Amino acid sequence: MTMTATNTAAPLKDQAEALFKRKRMISFGMPLLILAYLVYAFFAFDVPGLIRDADPENGRTLIRDSYSYKTHVTRDNRSGEVEVAIEGERKGEYPAGEAPAWVALGETTVITLDGGGIVTFGPEEVSYDIPGYGLVTARPGNGGANATFPTEDLPEWINASKNRVAITTDEGRLTITRRKSELFRYETGWELFFFTLDSPYHGMGPGTLMSRALSGEAGAIWDGFWHNNMWRHADVAWALFETVLMAFLGTFGAAIVSLPLAFLAARNFTPLVVVRQFFRRLFDLFRGVDALIWTIVLARAFGPGPLTGALAILVTDTGSFGKMFSEALENVDGKQIEGLQSTGAKPVQRYRFGVIPQVTPVLLSQILYFFESNTRSATVIGAITGGGIGLLLTQAMITQKDWEEVTYYIVLVVLMVFVMDWFSGWLRRKLIAADESGH
Amino acid sequence: MAEISTTAGSRVTNIRDDYMALTRRKRLYSGILLAIFVALMVSGFMVADARNAGGFWDGWTNVLDFPRTVIAEASEKIHELPGHLVTFFPALIETINIAAVSTLIGAIGGAILSMLSTRGMARWPRLIPVFRRIMDVMRAIPEIVIALVLIFVLGGGPVPAMIAIAFHTVGALGKLFSEVNENASLKPVEGLSSVGANWSQRMLLGVVPQVAPNYLSYALLRFEINIRASAILGFVGAGGIGYELKNAMSWGQGQYDESAAIFLLLFATIVTFDQVSSYFRDRLTHGRKQEMLA
Repeated sequence: MTMTATNTAAPLKDQAEALFKRKRMISFGMPLLILAYLVYAFFAFDVPGLIRDADPENGRTLIRDSYSYKTHVTRDNRSGEVEVAIEGERKGEYPAGEAPAWVALGETTVITLDGGGIVTFGPEEVSYDIPGYGLVTARPGNGGANATFPTEDLPEWINASKNRVAITTDEGRLTITRRKSELFRYETGWELFFFTLDSPYHGMGPGTLMSRALSGEAGAIWDGFWHNNMWRHADVAWALFETVLMAFLGTFGAAIVSLPLAFLAARNFTPLVVVRQFFRRLFDLFRGVDALIWTIVLARAFGPGPLTGALAILVTDTGSFGKMFSEALENVDGKQIEGLQSTGAKPVQRYRFGVIPQVTPVLLSQILYFFESNTRSATVIGAITGGGIGLLLTQAMITQKDWEEVTYYIVLVVLMVFVMDWFSGWLRRKLIAADESGH
Repeated sequence: MAEISTTAGSRVTNIRDDYMALTRRKRLYSGILLAIFVALMVSGFMVADARNAGGFWDGWTNVLDFPRTVIAEASEKIHELPGHLVTFFPALIETINIAAVSTLIGAIGGAILSMLSTRGMARWPRLIPVFRRIMDVMRAIPEIVIALVLIFVLGGGPVPAMIAIAFHTVGALGKLFSEVNENASLKPVEGLSSVGANWSQRMLLGVVPQVAPNYLSYALLRFEINIRASAILGFVGAGGIGYELKNAMSWGQGQYDESAAIFLLLFATIVTFDQVSSYFRDRLTHGRKQEMLA
C-alpha cells in the first residue's frame, strides 16, 4: 500500500516541481525578455541621436504660442512708417494711425512694456530701457545697427552683431536691423478669437455685446464672429462636420453593404463551402489591404475630399463588419427560425423576424463602437486625402507658426471625439434597451 | 353561457385591437427612423460628393485604373521585385517595432491605470474617477495629433509615432483591461493583504495571474491595430514603411514598381499578424475553457 502510494507520489512530485520550475522561468524570463526588447528598440529607434538632435526651442515656441500671442510693432527705417499687426499678419493689422493702448504713435513711437520696460522708435534713434540693466540705443543706418550697450559684456539674452541686434526679454523681443526695427510683445490669450480688428464689435465686453444683441444686432454680431477671417470659425465648424460625415457615411455604408454579404459567409445560412470561403476571403482582402492603401487607391480615382475618406472607411470596415456579422449570425438560436418556419414563413420573412431581431443588439453596438472610433480614423484619413479637420490640422502645422490655431483644432478634435463617444454610448443604450424591453 | 362567451370574445377582440394598434405604432416609428436614416445617408453622400475634387459617378469607373497601372508596372519589372522587397524590409521591421514597443508600453501603462481605476483594487480609491477620466482623455486624442506635434519638436522618425500610439494604447487598453478586472476575484488580493503584501505585490501576485490571458488577448488585438496605425503615421511623416510608401508614390507614373513592393509587404504583414493573432487569441480563450473543464 505505502509502496504504491510513494510510487505514484514520486512522479507527481517531479511533475509539480517541473511545473513550478517552468512557471518560475516564465515569471522571471518574461520581464527580462521585454526589457531586452525595449533596450533593442531604444537603439533601433536611435533614441540617443534623437535626444541630441531634438530642438527644445521648437517645443518652447509651441507651448508659448499655444496660450499666448504676439503683437508686432514694426518700423520701416527707410520710410519711417510704423505698423502694428497682431502676429504680423495682414488680417490682424491695425488701421493706420490706430494702435493698442500700450503703443503711443507719433514722431517718436513710445511702447510701454510690462515690468516698466520702455521702447522708443524715434526718427534717428531706437532705444530700449531695460529695467535692471540699462538703456540700449541704436542708430540703424548705413553702418548697420550701430548699437550701444550700457555694459561691455553682453548678457546671453542679447545677441548682437554689426548688422543685427536681438534683445529677448520676458516681456518682448526687439530686433534691430538696418532696414527695420521690430518689437514682438507677448500677451496671454488667443488674439481676435471673437472679432477681428475690422469688426465694429472688436474690444467690446460681453455685457455690451449682450445689450447690442438684444437691440437687434444679434445677426450682425454672429456674422462678425462666424466669418472672423483670422480664426475662420465657419470653415472649422464645416471641417468638423465633414470629419463626422466621413465617419458616418463610411461606417453605416459599410454596415449596409456587409449585412447581406455576411449571410453568405455564415456557416448556418450558406451550406455551400465554395461560396462561404469566397466571401470570407473577400472580407479578409478588404481588411488586409489597409485603410492607408485604400485611401491612396481611392484618392487616385476620386481626387481629394471627404467622399474619398468616407469610401476608404467604407471599404475597410466592410471587411471587418463582414467578419464580425457572420460570426454573430453563426451564433443565432435556430429555434426561433424553426418556429417561424412551422408557421409557413418564407425565407425572407424568416430572416426578417427570426434572425434580425436576435442579432440587432450585437450588430448595433458593434456599428456604434466603430462609428466612434472611425471619427478618430477620419481625422487621420482626412490628413492624407485632404478633407475635414485633419487637413486643417496638418495645414496649420506645416506653417509652423499658427500654434494657437493648432491648439484650437486639437481641443476641437478631442471635444468632437468626446461628443461622439458620449453620443454613440447614449444611442447604444437607448436602442438596445428599447429592443430588449418590447420587440 | 352565451353571455360569457360574448364577453370573452369581445375581450379577445379588444386585446387583438390593442396589439394591432401597438404593432402599427411600432411599425410607424421604425418606418420614420428608417426614413430619417436613409435621408441622412443620401444627403450626406450628396454633400460629400459635392465637396470632393472628383465626383463619385465619374470616378467609380476609374477605381481599378490605379491598381491596374501598379500591377502592370510591377509585372513589367518583376525581376526587380525581390530586390525592392529586400530594400524595404528594414522599413517594415521599423513599422512593426513601432507597433510592438507602443503596444508593450501601452499594455503596461493600461494595466496599471486599469488597476488604479477598478473598485477593490485601487491604490487610492478616492482617485478612481480621476484615473478613469485620464484614460478617457488618452483614448480620445487621435494619434495623429500627438504624432504631428512631436514630429515638430523631435524631428521625424519612429519615436514620435511610437509615443503617439503608446499614448492612445494606454487609454484604449486601460478601458478593456478594467472591464477584465471587474470580473476578477478579489479573494487572492484579500489573502495577500492579510499576510502584509503591499499594493504592487497584491496586484502582481493576486490579480495578474487571473487576468493575464485576457490581457494578452486584448493586447494582441491592439498590436494588430497598432501595425496599421504605425503604417498610416509613417505616411504623415513618422518613419517606417508608410514614409517609404509616401516617397515611392511621389515619384509618380513609371516608378510604381517600388510602391507595389511596399503594398505587397504591408498587405502580407497585416494578413499574417491578423491570422497569427486570431489563432493565439482563440487559443488563449479556448485553452482557458479546457482548463476550467478539467
